[in-house]
Amino acid sequence: MIKNIEELNALKDRALGNITVRLDRTENPSPEGGKIHILVCGVAGCASSGSLKVAAAIEDEIKKNNLGADVKVIKTGCFGLCAEGPIMMICPEHVMYTKVAPEDVAEIFENHIMGGKIVTRLLAGEKEYEEIEDRLPQIPFFAMQKRIALNNCGIIDPENIDEYIALDGYQALAKVLNEYEPDEVIDEIKKSGLRGRGGGGFPTGRKWESSAVVQDHEKYVICNADEGDPGAFMDRSILEGDPHSVIEAMIINGYAVGARQGYIYVRAEYPVAVKRLGVAIRQAEEYGLLGNNILGKGFNFNLEVRLGAGAFVCGEGSALMTSIEGKRGEPRPKPPRSAEKGLWKKPTVLNNVETYANIPQIIRKGADWFNSIGTEKSKGTKVFALGGKINNIGLVEVPMGTTLRQIVYDIGGGIPDGGTFKAAQTGGPSGGCLPAEHLDTPIDYDSLTKLGSMMGSGGLIVMDEHTCMVDLARFFLDFTVDESCGKCPPCRIGTKRMHEILVRITEGKGTLEDLDKLEVLARNIKASALCGLGQSAPNPVLSTLKYFRDEYIAHVVDKKCPAGVCVSMIKYKIDTDVCKRCGICKKGCPTQCISGDKNTPFAIDQDKCVKCGLCMEKCPFKAILKNA
Amino acid sequence: MTTNCAGCAEASEKAKELKKIIAKYKDTRGALIPVLHEAQEVYGYLPLEVQREISLGLDIPLAEVYGVVSFYTQFSINPKGKYQINVCMGTACYVKGSNEILDKFKTRLSIDVGDCTDDQKFSLDACRCIGACGLAPVVTINDEVYGKLTADDVDDILDKYEDK
Repeated sequence: MIKNIEELNALKDRALGNITVRLDRTENPSPEGGKIHILVCGVAGCASSGSLKVAAAIEDEIKKNNLGADVKVIKTGCFGLCAEGPIMMICPEHVMYTKVAPEDVAEIFENHIMGGKIVTRLLAGEKEYEEIEDRLPQIPFFAMQKRIALNNCGIIDPENIDEYIALDGYQALAKVLNEYEPDEVIDEIKKSGLRGRGGGGFPTGRKWESSAVVQDHEKYVICNADEGDPGAFMDRSILEGDPHSVIEAMIINGYAVGARQGYIYVRAEYPVAVKRLGVAIRQAEEYGLLGNNILGKGFNFNLEVRLGAGAFVCGEGSALMTSIEGKRGEPRPKPPRSAEKGLWKKPTVLNNVETYANIPQIIRKGADWFNSIGTEKSKGTKVFALGGKINNIGLVEVPMGTTLRQIVYDIGGGIPDGGTFKAAQTGGPSGGCLPAEHLDTPIDYDSLTKLGSMMGSGGLIVMDEHTCMVDLARFFLDFTVDESCGKCPPCRIGTKRMHEILVRITEGKGTLEDLDKLEVLARNIKASALCGLGQSAPNPVLSTLKYFRDEYIAHVVDKKCPAGVCVSMIKYKIDTDVCKRCGICKKGCPTQCISGDKNTPFAIDQDKCVKCGLCMEKCPFKAILKNA
Repeated sequence: MTTNCAGCAEASEKAKELKKIIAKYKDTRGALIPVLHEAQEVYGYLPLEVQREISLGLDIPLAEVYGVVSFYTQFSINPKGKYQINVCMGTACYVKGSNEILDKFKTRLSIDVGDCTDDQKFSLDACRCIGACGLAPVVTINDEVYGKLTADDVDDILDKYEDK
């Protein structure tokens, strides 16, 4: 139990000694608390690719070599380089090993831990360095990033509150309770220029203020952790890697607006995050950082986790609140706004996970520090989840205003297999595509909106020439049709009609008139749908129509899919010059549509062909061509 | 008379569990969704009898309970297979060919998305992003995660489970 700020500070000093070995060694030259710390990413992608088995193997190796006193293994949050997982880092020298298998652990111990020699084959990034040195900044993936929201991810053990406290955790809460009146907290957040990281980019300080001014003894703060945007996983990583930063921010939020109860609404698809949050809340309660009379300052605040149940629309504020109330997660018309009548018709503030993760540092380091980062209207950093056809798939956090080119090429390492960049999709089903001509646009809320996309929660999916933009638009409409809650007709019926047209086009049955119809429908839905989900559902169609109209025209006029994705428009043909008449394709064909023998040239009967592509796969001489 | 029926014993065990769950949440505001989650943990799905029990226990009309169950994709009114296959259809997985993987599962198991094989061994679902985009395309079978797959890997994966 921490009774006051002095006790918090005393705990911080004690806890810091245990982790100095992990911090920059030039600043902390005398590590205590174990000579070597091995950090293993224990969340998201790495856990899925077996990092927990690696951690277990390290434990075994420590025991086997009797190194218990000198070597410690810590399961941390995300380092960001998810495609290279499982990832581990050895401190104090900060050497990062990637794609580590349990079988590699013995070698790491023998050569690195005990022999002082780097295992070069497992190194991240440049492999030629042999010397043990602080090499992380040399990897471009890390050099260009600025970590605020992900600050503690990959450094601390998320299931140990002491480690969070060691790195200034709960100091912002102490500062607020000690020095600030509630309205001063709101002023500080307003001055920082922080905007909501979940989608719309509404100024956070103003949101808090609009709830704070309503007089009511019962108010709520909610953390929106219903990260439904496919391809975005930064909220998952923050919750799994640094859950206390969100908890601390929510208590501050409660103090600022006068709420004593908070809810974290998490997707049920994130079981690890749910578990970590549970552990973190319990620890904070045990320390008296949640509950009554927090830090002896007379402020009470409690926190509860609520699980989603797989409905994308629940990411929308009012739908989320309806879901917490135990009902179908349908949005409601506004006004009244949630700040006045939200959860159980009481004033409610709802913020996204990443937004919250910024708050403690804004309080600690000041609004001026935060608003010195970023662009004129978008302050601070943004976490992007890089995915799709890009080399360094993972999480990156960059200052607002970083260009798409820097993100895709310098940090993301470019397109794999010599592919060409075709477009980047941001904002998920609510966003749009940015074509190559906009690679040099500095990315912030306003520039993306101007280009017909949106920041969304920060999913950034890169596509190369093998992605069909019409098919992609259809894919997103598939998603919205499926996820539409059905309450308002423009979304329920309108997206369905759009989807039908897109299916028609991808099946080669579209007409030029269909393109006009799509645009009319899209504009009408945007103007009339009840909630953000419906209003933004047409964005993927509008933006692909804007930047890739030629591809739509190829589908409807020439009946061709330039990317070779839309099955009904694919044509397989046998190149008779290359064909050796071996007959392998004929044997393998499931519809027996290939004719020919030793004396007659082989040919495909297009009417019978189901375009399964088996013949092309089987042909040893590469004589079968697609869309030639 | 004592019953030796293993199925009955199991059923009454589950019914007891359900009663406990309902009692635990009786005074919680907005209890329905947490109760449904935990009930589904116990039963594997939410048959009508279970929904009726919850409706009585929480004093919420059955129509409303059913309305909530059918609204959320995580709740199922059909039993799931012993091995629940989930093919991630998030954007990152989709642009890396997850639809081909899903098709392969469909043909190999001869079932459609949302269905269960006749022997109750496998059920197949397409799910939303599970946040493992670094491993795209991703498939989960119960708690096991398979990443960076191609359609060719499907046979090997299923063979592993067929033998179990």
